[in-house]
Amino acid sequence: MDALGNPRSVLLLGGTSDIALAVARRYGASGAPRPRLVLAARPGERRTGVAATLRGEGFEVGEVDFEARRPETHAATVEQAFAEGDIDVAVVAFGILGDAERAWVDAEHALELAEVNFTAPVHTGVLLGQAMSRQGHGQIIALSSVAGERVRRSNFVYGSTKAGMDGFYLGLGEALAPHGVKVLVVRPGFVRSKMTEGMDPAPLSVTPEQVAEQAVAAARAGKELIWVPGAFRWVMTVLRHVPRVLFRRLPI
Amino acid sequence: MSAATIPPSPAVETPATVPLHGWGRTASTRAHLTAVDSVADAVAALRHAGSRGVIARGLGRSYGDAAQNGGGVALDFTRLNRILTLDAEGEPPTVVVEAGVSLDALMKAALPLGLWIPVLPGTRQVTVGGAIGADVHGKNHHTQGSFGDHVLSMDLLLADGEIRTLRPEGETARLFWATVGGMGLTGLVLRATIALQRVESAYFSVDTDRTRDLDDLLERMSTGDDAYTYSVAWFDAVTRGRHLGRAVLTRGNKARLDELPAKLRRDPLKFTAPAFGTIPDVFPNGLVNRATGKAFSEFWYRKAPRHRVGEIQNITQFFHPLDIVAEWNRVYGSHGFLQYQFVVPFSAEDAFRRAVVMIAESGHVSCLNVLKRFGPGNLGLLSFPMPGWTLTVDLPITDGLDRLCRQLDELVLSEGGRNYLAKDSRLTADTFARMYPRLQEFLAVRREVDPDGVFRSDLSRRLGL
Repeated sequence: MDALGNPRSVLLLGGTSDIALAVARRYGASGAPRPRLVLAARPGERRTGVAATLRGEGFEVGEVDFEARRPETHAATVEQAFAEGDIDVAVVAFGILGDAERAWVDAEHALELAEVNFTAPVHTGVLLGQAMSRQGHGQIIALSSVAGERVRRSNFVYGSTKAGMDGFYLGLGEALAPHGVKVLVVRPGFVRSKMTEGMDPAPLSVTPEQVAEQAVAAARAGKELIWVPGAFRWVMTVLRHVPRVLFRRLPI
Repeated sequence: MSAATIPPSPAVETPATVPLHGWGRTASTRAHLTAVDSVADAVAALRHAGSRGVIARGLGRSYGDAAQNGGGVALDFTRLNRILTLDAEGEPPTVVVEAGVSLDALMKAALPLGLWIPVLPGTRQVTVGGAIGADVHGKNHHTQGSFGDHVLSMDLLLADGEIRTLRPEGETARLFWATVGGMGLTGLVLRATIALQRVESAYFSVDTDRTRDLDDLLERMSTGDDAYTYSVAWFDAVTRGRHLGRAVLTRGNKARLDELPAKLRRDPLKFTAPAFGTIPDVFPNGLVNRATGKAFSEFWYRKAPRHRVGEIQNITQFFHPLDIVAEWNRVYGSHGFLQYQFVVPFSAEDAFRRAVVMIAESGHVSCLNVLKRFGPGNLGLLSFPMPGWTLTVDLPITDGLDRLCRQLDELVLSEGGRNYLAKDSRLTADTFARMYPRLQEFLAVRREVDPDGVFRSDLSRRLGL
């Protein structure tokens, strides 16, 4: 991190996610030096393509294998990600939306959601925290969701996994603060990205670029929790307190 | 009781980490801050250096990340602060000091004997070790060179635990000149022998001139500086248009006894450092803004006399007005600030003008702007000074500052100039490498004396040193 709050290296866990890429590009914008990027993602054409595109834009890009559902490989992933030098910012941006109605009747699908969206973020979060504590500095940006703030019937399996990871990263931020490591939890609303392709955008929907812009600004300011768009903070404050009998009747 | 329950031998006690930052109060990281009370302590610290390495830290006046070492060890040298011997009769007079002695303490010890430290930077609150590591300069660079030019020898503790005495000439010269300006990355300076100068008084005979604009200033400095040991200009980087770069030029020489008024002549070497206390840490961000910056610049320009000759000033007035208040960096608020100092050759005077215009037009506000002509540089592989114009601006951290700094970097690079590492907190490894043509020589020395990279700092990681 330099004096102007520019990270010199950014690790993207879920290195091909639209939001992760938008965050990386945002950090290199407005005259700031482009950070060295480490893409942690499943090996394959998609990662290779993304890495090539970023290199074409002038980024120095490293690639590291990452399989969310193979926790036994996570330690090696994190170790390799830090092997080339300090990581100033790590973006935890992997996750799946799943099929909401299948997820609560198909145990395998529910397990997949839980492992990708909760178990893996917790497992890698601990490893990231350790690695950053050792270097005496660092910042984690964890992509949560407003869906986890008040879990609703229409996608409660996804929502519950996000509720768990959200709570974990907020707590991790408290625990790591004495070690010089900061954590920012970002709760976007509906993001128009690969993940939501083909779905009707909900109200207050945003683009990955908008999420990135807000997330980077908040990270620079050292914030711990933001909503994107900001109005969601107030929407969720109300929704959190709606009694269950009313909440289940809401068209959300 | 089985063998398995015997606890492992206790690990060497490493203190808990503390957050460290430079004078600019930016980009803090946590390190194990370990006090060094003796040479044995320093050797022990090296022996137990972990993978994050060790860096010496003095009084923390480097603006950026030179004396911080995230996750590693920062050795606090300020307690290794004895003045060992002072030879006032020698030719030149010399002093042998431990690395943690501050120039403030050294000056107070030497002055009553009629001795003067040949190079003083803008604050006396720096250690001798830091002054060597950054090869600091003062307002007399055009006549006296930088701090390293006055170091006769130094003892350097190397990564392997050997203590080597280095001199500027002979077979240890290569390591000597890698260490001068080497930002602490060749080893730990333990003690140094410094050549002092004789003075008749603790006062200066000062001429002050207010210049109309930048051209007027450069002209006067180019033609008149040789008559003065000390020369520096403060200039207005806020006012645009016709008066762009108007300045207050102060130049002086050490006052001889016969120049002092009778009252001061009774005790010509008396020095009292006035201190008006410490700035509290309560300032909001954005206090140094366009309005306050303009008011300050106007005031600072107007309060200076248009032309005054032979005024007798004391050390604080002439040298270190900012030392009167401790922790003055707090007025910039929690976002901190950065100091941008560069030098370009005399041949690049036009580029120099463009830089001043660029800063004034950028909308970023700098109040403490210092302009100076450097004399010849020395053999330090990473030493900053080189013949040319050097400019320093203090910029509060605000949005858009990246762009201005990048434009300045480009301009400095295109003219073969460079930035000062003691001030730097944001250069990239690539830009830095293009600024320092002798970097490869430095890295070769470093590979020889510290092959495992025991000496590390946040700066060394950022710049690939």
